[in-house]
Amino acid sequence: MFQTTDEAVAGIEDGSTVLVGGFGLAGMPFDLIDALIRQGARDLTIVSNNAGNGDVGLAALLKAGQVRKVMCSFPRQADSWVFDGLYRAGKIELEVVPQGNLAERMRAAGAGIGAFFCPTAVGTPLAEGKETREIDGRAYVLEYPIKGDYALIAAHRADTLGNLVYRKTARNFGPVMATAATTTIVQVSEVVPVGALDPEAVVTPSIFVDRIVKVEARSYTVRGAR
Amino acid sequence: MPGQAREHAAIEHTDRGPLSMDELAAVIGHDIPPGSYVNLGIGQPTKIADYLPADEDGTQAVILHTENGMLGMGPTATGDQVDPDLTNAGKVPVTELPGAAYFHHADSFAMMRGGHLDVCVLGAYQVAANGDLANWHTGKPDDIPAVGGAMDLATGAKDVYVMMTLFTKKGEPKLVQQCTYPLTGLACVSRVYTDYAVFDIQPDGVHVLATYGITLAELRDRVNVKLLG
Repeated sequence: MFQTTDEAVAGIEDGSTVLVGGFGLAGMPFDLIDALIRQGARDLTIVSNNAGNGDVGLAALLKAGQVRKVMCSFPRQADSWVFDGLYRAGKIELEVVPQGNLAERMRAAGAGIGAFFCPTAVGTPLAEGKETREIDGRAYVLEYPIKGDYALIAAHRADTLGNLVYRKTARNFGPVMATAATTTIVQVSEVVPVGALDPEAVVTPSIFVDRIVKVEARSYTVRGAR
Repeated sequence: MPGQAREHAAIEHTDRGPLSMDELAAVIGHDIPPGSYVNLGIGQPTKIADYLPADEDGTQAVILHTENGMLGMGPTATGDQVDPDLTNAGKVPVTELPGAAYFHHADSFAMMRGGHLDVCVLGAYQVAANGDLANWHTGKPDDIPAVGGAMDLATGAKDVYVMMTLFTKKGEPKLVQQCTYPLTGLACVSRVYTDYAVFDIQPDGVHVLATYGITLAELRDRVNVKLLG
């Protein structure tokens, strides 16, 4: 348990690979990202579904010039102007990964799987240069795990041990990223005592969680819709 | 069943113009088998949600999957229903129906890749006669590539339907012998729903199921792919 987001992100080194939860703004760990901007680590590789929306969250981190490379499935959106500008200016590297491969490669990292054969992207430019194999008459591409030095995720509620539950589609990449990083840092809206969460309903067990910090709900996350 | 060959000849609707996108959405919705688990892609396919089959008591007879982690997705949220934690794959606020379930991304894509999802409907730049799909990247140097879940859906869903206009704004057909845009998936499309015609892609070739505002002969003239009746 940490009292402030600044303490929670302390120690993230330059050059780290950071997994950032969220799908668009749902599940985006805004407060942890803002703390990372204050903390100032540079030359980061960010793994996330998108490459920032609007001027907040991941987009603000990109704008601060702290990111060397983004691995994501869907950078180009109506409100991805920060990334678009950096990319077109040659100031940021992009690796496009199919969304399911992004999730499964992190799942593999978290589960100790060395690599896996996946049918997604066979015969497309995103499989170029990768090993392929036919298994039971179907073609597959060899995919390697994506491991994070850190994961920054947002969950709804935690107990003081670090067991997590999420809320609706804000769950998205959180549970997978929590397993795939050396150090998993979670911002939550509510912290409850041990024993207060229904063990049957825990989504991320505490073994995958290293640091917890409670944050206040933000006006734009409760007002929603953009 | 989707994907099965139809034996009857193409139905030519020549007493009308081509389908509007809403009419096309209704045609697709009508063809989705009740009881299916369905993913509707971002953009035009989202319209199909308004035309899904219903049970006798009026409840929706298909369950919608959204790749950001939900089964049982309901209509677009309005007013007080808007919840920033509940969006569809296009990041639009939506609602949940009774029986909905939430899950994380690896499970969501296991539903596709593992062959559990019955139908997905995607937009396309081009579809080839063998079912190759191109819908994620124009390949132009200034275009920022963005694939999202398209490749996983194309590869994983049991039936991949495409919803698109048949011709580009310049009048070039988008059903082609071979795709010139970068591919999304190989031989994955089973049905192509367009404003001018509906095509069924079978091992023996492309069958025309129906035409709208164009005769089969005119269609054969304008599309450079061998079309079976």
